[in-house]
Amino acid sequence: MAAKIQMKSLLRIAATTAISFSLTAAAAVAQEQYLLHPENTPPDDRRGGIFVVGLHIPMTHPIGVVASGLRNIPGTQLNAGLIRMSDNYEPVPYLADEWSYSDDGKQFSFRLNANARFHDGEDITCTDVAFSIKTSQENHPFKPMFAPVTGVDGGDGKDCTINLSTPHPALLMALTPGLLPIVPEHIFNDGQEMPTHPRLTENVIGSGPFKLAEWNGNGKIHFVKNDGFFIESLPYLDEVIMNVVPDASTNALGIESGQFDMVSIWSGDDIELARQNPNIKVVDKGFEAIGSIPWIQLNLRDEILSDVRVRQALWYGYDWEEYNEVVYAGQHRRQCTGIQSQSPFYHSGANCYDRDVEKGKALLAEAGYPDGVQLTISTFPGQLQTGAEILKRQWAEIGVDLQIDVKPDEVTMLKEITRENADFQISLVGLWNWGDPVIGVNRSYNCDNRKNNVAFSNMSWYCNEAVDAKLAEAGFEIDVEKRKELYFEAQEMINADVPVIYLTNEVWFTRMQNSVQNPPDGVWGWMDSWAELWLDS
Amino acid sequence: MKAIAVKIFESFLLILAVIVFNFVLIYLAPGDVVDALSGGAFGDGREEINQLIREQMGLDQPFHVQLITYIGNVLTGDFGFSPIGNRPVIEMIAPRIFPTLLLALCALAFAVIIGVTIGSIAARRPTSFFSGGLTVFALIGFAMPVFWTGILLVLVFGVWLDWLPVSGMNNLRLSSSAGFVERALDTARHLVLPTISLGVIFLASYARLSRASMLEVLQSDYIRTARAKGLSEGPVMIKHALRNAVIPIITVLGMEFGVLLSGAILVETVFNWPGLGRLAFEAVLTRDTNVLLAILTMVSATVILANLVTDIAYRLVDPRIRIGDV
Repeated sequence: MAAKIQMKSLLRIAATTAISFSLTAAAAVAQEQYLLHPENTPPDDRRGGIFVVGLHIPMTHPIGVVASGLRNIPGTQLNAGLIRMSDNYEPVPYLADEWSYSDDGKQFSFRLNANARFHDGEDITCTDVAFSIKTSQENHPFKPMFAPVTGVDGGDGKDCTINLSTPHPALLMALTPGLLPIVPEHIFNDGQEMPTHPRLTENVIGSGPFKLAEWNGNGKIHFVKNDGFFIESLPYLDEVIMNVVPDASTNALGIESGQFDMVSIWSGDDIELARQNPNIKVVDKGFEAIGSIPWIQLNLRDEILSDVRVRQALWYGYDWEEYNEVVYAGQHRRQCTGIQSQSPFYHSGANCYDRDVEKGKALLAEAGYPDGVQLTISTFPGQLQTGAEILKRQWAEIGVDLQIDVKPDEVTMLKEITRENADFQISLVGLWNWGDPVIGVNRSYNCDNRKNNVAFSNMSWYCNEAVDAKLAEAGFEIDVEKRKELYFEAQEMINADVPVIYLTNEVWFTRMQNSVQNPPDGVWGWMDSWAELWLDS
Repeated sequence: MKAIAVKIFESFLLILAVIVFNFVLIYLAPGDVVDALSGGAFGDGREEINQLIREQMGLDQPFHVQLITYIGNVLTGDFGFSPIGNRPVIEMIAPRIFPTLLLALCALAFAVIIGVTIGSIAARRPTSFFSGGLTVFALIGFAMPVFWTGILLVLVFGVWLDWLPVSGMNNLRLSSSAGFVERALDTARHLVLPTISLGVIFLASYARLSRASMLEVLQSDYIRTARAKGLSEGPVMIKHALRNAVIPIITVLGMEFGVLLSGAILVETVFNWPGLGRLAFEAVLTRDTNVLLAILTMVSATVILANLVTDIAYRLVDPRIRIGDV
């Protein structure tokens, strides 16, 4: 088992090396170049069919250059990106057949596939890539993704160059379809505001394997095969229908009855029920790049919590095994830092404050609370409220009298903890990593990201300039080993300061019929092309 | 006629008051649609984009300006824009009206027809086992939450027996070339379980109500007279007794239409029925205030209008009220 894990880690490191340097990539000479599953292609009589999926959240629109989130599940069927990521974080050609970095790492050149066209037949050119990046820079919440990009050369040709102000090792991850779908400049560059552009949902033209036949973000989202897709013989399916079903029980019953082929990611007790059904398979792989981490947010502006000894005491009082067992039915992984545990940059050796009640008590006494202290935690109904109940009992053992303040829902809670001079003490939230630390990790710790009324900013109001400098340095470092060292150091520094306490690394499960082949279980999970998916029935 | 005109005017004022009340209520709730767009599964916020959407929606304006603008817009038929659906609210709501009406009317018909029938039969033998069983059935039917009934029905008839579809209004795999009849039959199959779930709670109360009403009517002098004249039991029950016993049911029908629509929210959610109820549920979760306000206004208006129609129907059925008007 250990050897297996080590091998996996080595593969990841190797893959990250490829990402960071990416000096070359083989030219796409065969269709296999584009496939993540070349070993599992359907026989002729298994091609086609309708794939019906139950999605658990409503969708605003499918265009991911404007905003982030799970909207990119339909978005990645509609639009292609420049590259994709394999299970080992290795870049795979997509719209870009080949690419290279300049020696100084400030120019990224690539060649677009000669046959790549939008659904209306227009050629995909460097102009579209430039427009997509510019739109992302102006609208997408993940500013660091393309912050160093100063422009894209190549005009209406197929040979393009992205110019960078500094080396930017996170770029390849940022060029995947979930983060940078390539959208048609000739459609969207008409002077209208992108976030509310009517063509986001009406008469939508994309670049991906499926065309949008019907869009109802609160109901039925219907895709049909793009017969002109540039990768020969893909997609295998004729149609994909995504049905928005917010109710988890209805989703579960939908897959049990065979009405759905696959239903939304879920993490909870009903996974065990699904596992007992011989007609259904449960996949616990995928979404690693998204990296969901539920955590305890500590407000460092609070007088009691401004003392690092109190924060460390709280971490010592946290029993991760019991928490995982009770709240998540033992399904999550351990998480000790802000970089998700499957990332090559994760520092598994960082101080994880293994539960030690005596140390917790001693630290509280040292901080001036020998008789204990009363604290309040904000949460909202659901798994996190259960979590707060567990913490109340665990922390009582170190002398903390935890009061639970249950807000009606996540939106209300986020609103309150991000308002100006927010006076909350502790809250339970979840954060996503989004592929690379530059994109989804730094925002929680950077001094200049302490912002009012912005959810998922630096909500602890933490500031350590040395940490900022370390994270910034890692963001520019193209040598993967050096980059890894820098992130390791940053994680140790952050853990010493304890602005947050990491609860678990969430595992997202997908339930599907046994007939589903090549399910979307890569590092981006459902947020990647489903062109290789087929039904063995 | 004058009384009806006054009723219509009162109804209009009531709808206006409901709009203001709903607006105030939603305004006071913490968070708005932009907060929802910035958090959770929709993604993460970006200050300037949030600000842009707030400005476009007028959320940066003072309360009274927002309220006056909203009422003015609603009076001209403009329910605003939904940033969640990225389209005008009316375009999101319009396709949802028919499914909700279809479900509500089917549930109502199911409840009234079955309820009145078994209530009337029970009234004929008030001390019988059947009549006692009806009381128990009514209690169970009334006490069981709609969503619970729904899930049980889905489990039994959808999953275990595999007789009926568990969710939606149509089979998603149905070919786009399917004809009207095929689609209608498919919808009918999808309609069975939601109709029973929603209807059963009203069925129980209508059965009880019609039993009690029939019992009272059957004691009346004119029923005794009808029987004394030698009329057979059928015409006595249907022509003389039921016609009079149905008046309180008509009154309750109007009053309970609102309850029916609120029940539809749960049933539509459980059965993934693409109606207004499910849209309202999603709008609450996503703070899509314009959509929520529009649905609340439409539902309130429907209930008020249903009461108005009931009032008028009541006058038509009961000549005493009509004559009293004159």
